[in-house]
Amino acid sequence: MANDDKRIDQPTGTEFVGHEWDGIEELNTPLPRWWLWTFYLTVFWGLAYTVAYPAWPMISGATQGMLGWTSRGQLADEMDLADQARMSVNERIAALDVEKLAADPELMEQAIAGGAAAFRVNCSQCHGSGAAGYQDLGYPNLNDDDWLWGGSMSEIEYTITHGIRQPGEDRRQGVMPPFDGAFDNAQMAALVSHVRSLSGLEQPNAAGAATYADNCAACHGTAGEGNRELGAPRLDDAIWLRGSSAAAIRAQIVNPKMGAMPAFGERLDPVTIKMLAAFVHSRGGGEDFVEAPVEEPVAEADAAE
Amino acid sequence: MQAESALGRVALWFVIALLALAAMLSAKDGGFAAHALIVAVTAFALVLVSAARFDPTTSLNSFFRIPPGESQYDDDPVRWGVLATMFWGLAGFVAGLYIALQLAFPQLNFEPYLNFGRLRPLHTSAVIFAFGGNALLATSFYVVQRTCRAKLAFPSLARFVFWGYQMFIVLAATGYLLGVTQSKEYAEPEWYVDLWLTIVWVAYLIVFVATIVKRKEPHIYVANWFFLAFIITVAMLHVVNNLAIPVSPTGSRSYQVFAGVQDALTQWWYGHNAVGFFLTAGFLAMMYYFVPKQAERPVYSYRLSIIHFWSLIFLYIWAGPHHLHYTALPDWAQTLGMVFSVMLWMPSWGGMINGLMTLNGAWDKIRTDPIIRMMVMALAFYGMSTFEGPMMSIKAVNSLSHYTDWTIGHVHSGALGWNGMITFACVYYLVPRLWKRKRMYSLRMINWHFWLATLGIVFYAASMWVAGVTQGLMWREYGADGYLVNSFADTVAALHPMYLLRAFGGLLYLSGYVIMIWNVWQTLAGRVREEAPMTETPHDENADRPLPPAAVPAE
Repeated sequence: MANDDKRIDQPTGTEFVGHEWDGIEELNTPLPRWWLWTFYLTVFWGLAYTVAYPAWPMISGATQGMLGWTSRGQLADEMDLADQARMSVNERIAALDVEKLAADPELMEQAIAGGAAAFRVNCSQCHGSGAAGYQDLGYPNLNDDDWLWGGSMSEIEYTITHGIRQPGEDRRQGVMPPFDGAFDNAQMAALVSHVRSLSGLEQPNAAGAATYADNCAACHGTAGEGNRELGAPRLDDAIWLRGSSAAAIRAQIVNPKMGAMPAFGERLDPVTIKMLAAFVHSRGGGEDFVEAPVEEPVAEADAAE
Repeated sequence: MQAESALGRVALWFVIALLALAAMLSAKDGGFAAHALIVAVTAFALVLVSAARFDPTTSLNSFFRIPPGESQYDDDPVRWGVLATMFWGLAGFVAGLYIALQLAFPQLNFEPYLNFGRLRPLHTSAVIFAFGGNALLATSFYVVQRTCRAKLAFPSLARFVFWGYQMFIVLAATGYLLGVTQSKEYAEPEWYVDLWLTIVWVAYLIVFVATIVKRKEPHIYVANWFFLAFIITVAMLHVVNNLAIPVSPTGSRSYQVFAGVQDALTQWWYGHNAVGFFLTAGFLAMMYYFVPKQAERPVYSYRLSIIHFWSLIFLYIWAGPHHLHYTALPDWAQTLGMVFSVMLWMPSWGGMINGLMTLNGAWDKIRTDPIIRMMVMALAFYGMSTFEGPMMSIKAVNSLSHYTDWTIGHVHSGALGWNGMITFACVYYLVPRLWKRKRMYSLRMINWHFWLATLGIVFYAASMWVAGVTQGLMWREYGADGYLVNSFADTVAALHPMYLLRAFGGLLYLSGYVIMIWNVWQTLAGRVREEAPMTETPHDENADRPLPPAAVPAE
């Protein structure tokens, strides 16, 4: 490319390089200065960063960086800070019996906040983000005042710790036998009708009442008031775990479905469980602790409210 | 002689059909059996085709109005590549819209074949490898011939590359639906499909390099550097990331040779450079030919093209670890991934500068030429996403953006804006030339496509930015008492409106594409739409005269 070959591109005033491919030519524009200096800047910044932080791989291990930063160290620091912030609260909750928590409103508030966070991680999958359960699938609503196993702080704490229907001695057990084939069609229809009558959905009938007294009253109570010792649900209120239709009740008698809940005592620390109990108790249906475990009067008092 | 070679072909396809049938019968799982059946059916169809000594493409050629006779260049693979691009683009965009709707309305998951987990890789592979890959095949074959002033080397191998690549796409796509996957993002196909693609890809490399070798030009044009970098690097990435040991020679399952964090790092070395060399280098090659051609202007800076090519190629390959910030990957590798990503900013922008500034002296074409408008928008989105990428690789930003929809927004501003728009522009450039038409059926429809696509991207990217930042902030939100505020389900519920807006953006983008398909189809049919031109300088007959003497003011 001799100098006199240099042609100038008229619109830009820049000279051509002199190559041509399928009609495409190239201009000999120098690198834009701002582009070049920004590129240099990122390179210098990059070099400086690798001096400050762990970067260059060596034969065994890598350079540590002058700041001594590690991602694991950063995580540990941040978690430590968060733990320290909660330390005094955690210690006070750990030292207190769960039933005494409500006596300290400020501590109770902290416990409910912590319980709400733990609930989102551990409980919301079944009981729902708003703790409203999933009615027809049998995940109980925790916002109402109907309790299968008791609604005082200590009872809720026990339920969370030991779970429901988990293997073991001290666990909450309770099994309803399947009545498949036990009744003929007429008996079954009368029984279903009677069960529905307990909560006023239908008129009572004598035949159903007799079958109920013989087969169901032992656990569910003569008037359908339920039994928290056995986790036998109340049948005399408007709250139904697996539906109140005749078909749903019939299906539950023939082949009962019973829910299970993990024993969170094996997964969570006692403070978190106390917090969870406080949160669940605070949802609206929490009951006061009664010294003597006489369940029936409490339940009736609730129903009367 | 011809009969003999036809007989030979029959025998060859027959043996392949039998082998595939045997593989099907001894298959260890349903997915492998289905794939063997596809191969067997294809081979058997080719037995019939060869036996009849019937040229299968003749009737198809007339259906797609492919001009008969020899061209100056070997353009049939390019035409087929353009048609395949159009077809797979539709498949990929429809799949994308559908999975966007699945995220907003989970009821649209139909188990097991049409659930999100199987349709999502179908979407990503269809748009990247089927739509983008065919666009790269077509344009590379077109560009390399023109800029080398030479016909394609090994024409039959070039045809094998095209049809073999389609076979790869079919096996990959059906595999996703059947649940055949090795669970590596953008590298989901199993070992036997990977082996097939390796064969096809090496053939591609041979055709491309041999064409460059027999060039009639003294120098190799910059577009061909980028195409070559793309082909070679993708071959290397593909082979290393897919190293696996099959459980059985007749089963679809395999085990990776790498494990744990080594496997993760290999995967993201691959994944990031699939972006870098497939979606960046390859598409920059398209840009370097079609932008100067359409603008009829010289490339802005030869020096910039050299410097940004080599800095891009050198830096990109190290940036992958930024996909693994705050994971089990050692800190030093995370640091290097981030530093190389930040240094990559200017080399990436070199391509944008060279593309945009090529319009120097022809800026008015943005107003008059919808194809140039698309190219400019493509380069603008390329610039935006190659700024956003280095920014997101910075750890402080990444700790918020990682695992959120921000990443999805970033990817789509690049994919829809850069890869999509530049591909559309190139296809609009190619179709009239390949089918020997005066112009596209309608330029105004290109304009409609441009606006629908642009608006679609705006909805998509904006909604995903908002969604991503919302998600990131909600995940890390602590209350004053030191406890997390939101459950995961809360964040999902909060994103629902953004997911609707994203799907709407996708619908707009797809609508523009449907207009394009119509436009291309009409152009193939040889029609030209009667329409007002894109620009008209107004002409006022009344004003076109000397001032009348009466107008002189009387003193």
